[in-house]
Amino acid sequence: MTERAMSAAAAAPSGAHARTLRSAERIGSTIFVGALQGSCWLFLLIVGGLAAELIWGARLSLKTFGIGFLWSSQWNPVTEQFGALPFIYGTVVTSVIALVLAAIVGIMSAIYLAEFAPRRLGAYLGLLIELLAAVPSIVYGLWGLFVLAPLVANWIGPGLQDALGFLPFFQGTIYGVNMLTAALILTLMIVPTITAITRDLIIAIPMRMREAALALGATPWETAYKVILPSVTRGIVGACLLAFGRALGETIATTMVIGNRPVISASLFAPGYTIASVIANEFTEATSDLYLSALIELGLILLIVSLIVIGMGRLMVRLFVR
Amino acid sequence: MATGEHREEEDLTDTGSHGRKATRRLVLGAALGCTAWYGTMLAGAPAALAATQIVGAGSTFDFPFFSKAFYDYTEKHPDVTVNYQSIGSGGGIQQFTAKTVDFGASDVPMNSAELTRAGGPVLQIPITLGGAGVAYNLPGIEKGMHLTREVIADIYLGKITKWNDPAIAKLNPGMKLPDMAITVVHRSDGSGTTYIFTDFLSSVSPEWKSKVGTNKDVQWPAPSSVGGKGNEGVAGLVKQTPGSIGYVELAYLLQNQMTYAQVQNKAGTYVYPSVDTVAAAAATKPDVSSTNFSIVDTSCAQCYPISGYSWVMLYKAPADPTRGKLVKEIMTWLATDAQPIAKTVDYVPLPENVQKTALSVLGEMQ
Repeated sequence: MTERAMSAAAAAPSGAHARTLRSAERIGSTIFVGALQGSCWLFLLIVGGLAAELIWGARLSLKTFGIGFLWSSQWNPVTEQFGALPFIYGTVVTSVIALVLAAIVGIMSAIYLAEFAPRRLGAYLGLLIELLAAVPSIVYGLWGLFVLAPLVANWIGPGLQDALGFLPFFQGTIYGVNMLTAALILTLMIVPTITAITRDLIIAIPMRMREAALALGATPWETAYKVILPSVTRGIVGACLLAFGRALGETIATTMVIGNRPVISASLFAPGYTIASVIANEFTEATSDLYLSALIELGLILLIVSLIVIGMGRLMVRLFVR
Repeated sequence: MATGEHREEEDLTDTGSHGRKATRRLVLGAALGCTAWYGTMLAGAPAALAATQIVGAGSTFDFPFFSKAFYDYTEKHPDVTVNYQSIGSGGGIQQFTAKTVDFGASDVPMNSAELTRAGGPVLQIPITLGGAGVAYNLPGIEKGMHLTREVIADIYLGKITKWNDPAIAKLNPGMKLPDMAITVVHRSDGSGTTYIFTDFLSSVSPEWKSKVGTNKDVQWPAPSSVGGKGNEGVAGLVKQTPGSIGYVELAYLLQNQMTYAQVQNKAGTYVYPSVDTVAAAAATKPDVSSTNFSIVDTSCAQCYPISGYSWVMLYKAPADPTRGKLVKEIMTWLATDAQPIAKTVDYVPLPENVQKTALSVLGEMQ
């Protein structure tokens, strides 16, 4: 576009004509850059507006409970005593476990799909994995409740308890609906994001890098591990952060399987609660002002938690990835 | 890395230009088909919109009854449709207060603070009845276990933790109750069913009343409690957790073949939750009103003790009189002639004396 306009300008017989063309082009590029900028400002506006709206909606709760809201474990709609700690705990713990599991499975499957799988198989498997991302979360939730929860209660839970029962995370009564089940459902939901992005990143690596590694005598495994992976680390971290964001905010699926009890227990076999779940559960029937306000403040906290987590992820990239 | 090298070549050979053209034609055809279908749909829509649409919002509990009843109403009056959005009682009250709907529905009537905010006189009429059944899952134990009001309260308070506790065994002499821990299941979402259930617990146990209270959601005291979202969540948890106990809304309970208990009422009889026993409980209190509406723990031989009303809110003086007149007509029908419809979806029709109460309240509408 630019080149064509320039050559047209050069070929133009009269200077005036060239000037109008050049100014037309300037206007075009101004509009273009403006549109680019505008779409970014739009996001800023939306996030800013969201934060402002949440703070405004939460003002009653902020005023009543102050900073203590963050570490109070009370959640009593009858006496209107509200605190956020069990929800923050449940949200962070389930999401972190999900992220760790999903990152391991996701990155490994992506390497296989991009580097080792026969081409056709890779294409089909990739399609299947992407399909997982399109399954509605209520379907995951119901499947989790009716299939995964009994599985955890009768097989996975007892198995883990036998093997690792000495750890506090795997002690106590095994409920079907618990933090572990929620984490497993979340894993399933965020794996496709990590796998799909990582696979695309690996595919985009120029062939010569692999050829060079092989020429130096590296095995395919060494090539994948020492050449391919390091060159896409930054992108993988980005994929993980995106996936983590989804896990933090996931509502219905976790609500179905986490047990919805606002307590903090070390054991993953005990029920827990997440911020998004309590909002989904109680918002529709919360009629008093303070109750509503406390739920909105939870939304604000979720926004802040996400911000901190994403910030930390970025920081880690800066510190550890060159 | 042979796989990578083949990639580009195969791309060309696999989907040759012929295959690609066919695919493109197929996609284009499908897209055109969708557009045509969408167009016909739009063309058909205006006919449906020509009817007067009355809008209501609120309780999810009422939804199965309302959708059946309003469907029947439109059959009889093709020029009127009623659009009921089951967004929850809290949402119903909000929408009603914001005057975006013609009527609201709530499992618990609006209280005085909410009424002040509504900014005008509000009429509230009982519209249907529900109850909460106590379901359980004990291997080898059938439907019909006897439970007293006190025992249910103690289980939910976390004071009775085993199924073979003497307090339960005493009520069920013939049953071989297992030495199994009790898992207490409750609704995790705010709900009218929870309100009825905690209302019941509060009226039978002073300890529950002082420690927990009555609300659409409470702080559950039993250490072994888990919350399920919706009736299906509670039912699912009970069905898959041996040793669990949970309360489920009547219609859901009856339609899903659950194992549930007979609850002893104030008169001392053990009764199953059913359309008749809940109606019997309601009939004991004909003068029900939006300020005095609790029908839990009533005393008659056939009264099921865990019962409650659901309510419809109306503006006493609607902004649009013609619409108001129509709303009044629909509600009059809903509170009287439509009541038998409730039974077809396992909801409890209002007893006749309560229908009269509802009608006299409706009479105040302008």
